[in-house]
Amino acid sequence: MSTFWIAVIGSSALAFAVKFIGASVPETFLSNPRILRINTLIPVALLTALIAINTFADKTQLVLDHRALGIAAAVTLLIAKAPFPVVVVGAAITSALAYRYI
Amino acid sequence: MSVKRDSFSVSITVGAYGGAFGAAAVAADFSVLQACLLSLLLFSGASQFAVVGVIAAGGTAINAIATSTLLGTRNGLYGLRLAPILKLRGWRRVVAAQITIDESIGVALAQKDEAEMRRGFWYTGFGVFIFWNLFTLAGALGAQAIGDPSAWGLDAAVPAAFLGLLWPRLSDRKSWVLAGFAILLALSLTPFVPAGIPIITCTLLAIIIGWRK
Repeated sequence: MSTFWIAVIGSSALAFAVKFIGASVPETFLSNPRILRINTLIPVALLTALIAINTFADKTQLVLDHRALGIAAAVTLLIAKAPFPVVVVGAAITSALAYRYI
Repeated sequence: MSVKRDSFSVSITVGAYGGAFGAAAVAADFSVLQACLLSLLLFSGASQFAVVGVIAAGGTAINAIATSTLLGTRNGLYGLRLAPILKLRGWRRVVAAQITIDESIGVALAQKDEAEMRRGFWYTGFGVFIFWNLFTLAGALGAQAIGDPSAWGLDAAVPAAFLGLLWPRLSDRKSWVLAGFAILLALSLTPFVPAGIPIITCTLLAIIIGWRK
């Protein structure tokens, strides 16, 4: 089985398990404030790392390329309070232009 | 009435974003079928993008699964919060679990009484599910038709999508500090460890920073 299939099936199965367990365990369990705090911070840490890696890394090398301009456009659009789809499309267009002309 | 309107507008807006997911997945060499299965079965935006993002960065399947699952832990806590309101057993609990995501809980918790909360949860959960999957298919087919992902900026659409998901979470100083350290840690580890490891290692930062009040 390829990496892709293992990733698709494994992540889907665990995602459902997490959702189902949450709906089934008693509420007192896991409702400790420290766990709740860490749980809200985990997405911040992982999403930030994913942004950094998907923008500035190519496998195990650090690179500065067209994607950096795309992300800069996304940041600008978010500061300007642009809606979600505009942010993604704006980043894609900027990056595509940079890829083509720089 | 307004719970229906809220659910619908959230469903269509968020659903449209499924198009970006479908395109990003295909750009990262997932097949159209795999992209669609992720939207049907995994059905949690950030986790789906994480699977694609980790594999696109050269990470292993295990790494993709671990990152995606850690991002999905919040869905478990949403379920915990909703269970006493939904009061479900058997197959209904299975269906509800699958559509327990940011949007369904967000609309549900914004309602005043329990009956409205239940409606908000089901309408939004199903609404997002339908649109998210339709747009995933459209995005995946679109990306398949266009060839070189870089020429269309799809390689930048992935981090931009993550940024869009991250932005509303940067609500206090603690999260900004954490984000800053996560960038530094992830990039400084990149040249020295296998791809994918720098991302998941950042979980430690969340634990360290979240440990103290």
